[in-house]
Amino acid sequence: MTSAPRDREIAVVAFAQTAHRRTSEELSEVEMLMPVLHEVLDRTGLKTADIDFTCSGSSDYLAGRAFSFTLALDGVGAWPPISESHVEMDGAWALYEAWTKLLTGDADTALVYSYGKSSPGPVRDVLTRQLDPYYVAPLWPDSVALAALQAQALIDAGDTDEPALAAVATRNREAASANPHAQLKGAVAQGDYLVRPLRTGDCPPIGDGAAAVILAAGDRARELCARPAWIRGIDHRIEAHGLGVRDLTDSPSTRLAAERAGAFERPVDTAELHAPFTAQEIVLRKALRLDDGVHVNPSGGALAANPIMAAGLIRLGEAAARIHRGESDRALAHATSGPCLQQNLVAVLEGEPR
Amino acid sequence: MPEVLKAPLVVEFPFTRSLGPVQSAFLTGLRERVVLGVRASDGRVLVPPVEYDPVTAEEIRDLVEIAPTGTVTTWAWNHAPRRGQPLTTPFAWALVRLDGADTALLHALDAPGPDAVRTGMRVRVRWAEERTGAITDIACFEPYDGEAPRLTGATGEFEDPVTGIVAAARLDYTYSPGRAQTAYIDALGGRRTVGERCPSCRKVYVPPRGACPTCGVATDEQVEVGPRGTVTTFCIVNIKAKNLDIEVPYVYAHIALDGAGLALHGRIGGIPYDEVRMGLRVEPVWTEGARYPDHYRPTGEPDADYDTYKELL
Repeated sequence: MTSAPRDREIAVVAFAQTAHRRTSEELSEVEMLMPVLHEVLDRTGLKTADIDFTCSGSSDYLAGRAFSFTLALDGVGAWPPISESHVEMDGAWALYEAWTKLLTGDADTALVYSYGKSSPGPVRDVLTRQLDPYYVAPLWPDSVALAALQAQALIDAGDTDEPALAAVATRNREAASANPHAQLKGAVAQGDYLVRPLRTGDCPPIGDGAAAVILAAGDRARELCARPAWIRGIDHRIEAHGLGVRDLTDSPSTRLAAERAGAFERPVDTAELHAPFTAQEIVLRKALRLDDGVHVNPSGGALAANPIMAAGLIRLGEAAARIHRGESDRALAHATSGPCLQQNLVAVLEGEPR
Repeated sequence: MPEVLKAPLVVEFPFTRSLGPVQSAFLTGLRERVVLGVRASDGRVLVPPVEYDPVTAEEIRDLVEIAPTGTVTTWAWNHAPRRGQPLTTPFAWALVRLDGADTALLHALDAPGPDAVRTGMRVRVRWAEERTGAITDIACFEPYDGEAPRLTGATGEFEDPVTGIVAAARLDYTYSPGRAQTAYIDALGGRRTVGERCPSCRKVYVPPRGACPTCGVATDEQVEVGPRGTVTTFCIVNIKAKNLDIEVPYVYAHIALDGAGLALHGRIGGIPYDEVRMGLRVEPVWTEGARYPDHYRPTGEPDADYDTYKELL
């Protein structure tokens, strides 16, 4: 491995996302993705040939086809050959891989993108296929049911109640009113129980979407962006897959990832949390020690748009974009994967002092 | 723009999975109406049991029989059961800590309604009538206020242990190929082949997917190509594929349709297999009601010059 300077600084220098919609059936995945790739490149003036490393995140189970990500590569322009990798996960984990690649010194710029079309399949059932195949998946417990178990555990523990969950939903979707990309925004009825105690309002919209960011190292980042969002730390942790082994009211993996990412060293002013279900925001706020002074999910979060496989990367992108615009100096971004916050990634982003 | 095509797409697998020693004992136990846990290095009894300690990652094998009665640690009311779930009538999902266990098992709880369920309530296993050694040998849990039944004394050693499970999985999608491929398939319906030209490198892609993989830009200028084309390269297939009623040997070829920027593939017919050659001029042969050419046959024209197709190999 090439030895890289220990203090190599890496920043998010550009971010783009689609307008997230219930369905995009008129577009293939690459057709949906391409405008986002062009937009994020245009923001930096880079061409695909200028990008040293490309990494993507998506899921074959959403697409219903094997190796579906290879078709999306048409949108990147993989000829002449490029240095490319893929994670079968949310794009936040693709960003993590790209960040490590840049840390090695092998690359100075990276394009990270992810996409997901939930509209063609029954997403609640599709997500059961990521569960333990011996004891859990044969029962087909859908993603809302598992989130509802977590919500009830929090209610029993006295950490929340249904009105408090409704308030989380309202606050996120009101914040999303200012987000032109959001799928669900403004006043949204809490609705009926989907799986009690979760109502439709406690659950994310199902939809299609894509996102992309560009990372750059050191002076390259300063050339490409007026105010780069420097990644001060990033870490991800996983918990036992057995739901009955875990305390569902807590998220030790989030807390540990945040600690390793340096989140507790100084207060943050913004937090973009990947909490597709209202109750999960309660768990994350506690694990991350976020008080009312922190701007949580100014974008509206995953309750306003949850394109699976892109929603976590969007949290990183939204946090970075606030730094680019000068609306934040130190932001935390969180992404999750798996049932009931099983896996968690935390990044700390900073703008240079003004 | 014409409507995009849509079609049902079913993805279905009977996943065959082998079991480790602890999983095998647990699932065989269920077949025999016995619940087994495993003791972890910190003394906790884990149910369902795992083969490696969640804290130390050491292999663990110390099986412990536990009662088929337990306590609900959390639950969620499912008023609209979905395909594959344990019960077809409304039920509660529940995490149940069985008596003698320190962790909880996820399953369905049969109860008349959400008001009949609460955290802390007592339940017992309802066994499935037919049991095969699978988690579904527990049909569900049911409310139960009585005493825990006596343990059977099972040790985890069974006759004819289960060593594997078949986990069926089926997902139903509605697939849409998107705009570019819809246009291609629609044109084939009229026995025409259309590609799309890249605005940057001018190459014509057949079939089109809406993007130029070289330039990474959208393609949108539709171009009709063919119907005639040139064999750029080929192979002779000598082994019959299952369910394919084509006599072997036959020739499978790359064919550059006139006007196309890359070759597509198809079968060559109407000529002995050992007379097919690079440069052979061919045309599509359609069968009645077909949605794509059955094969390509020689046109009788002179062979194409190598220089005219060497970039398309």
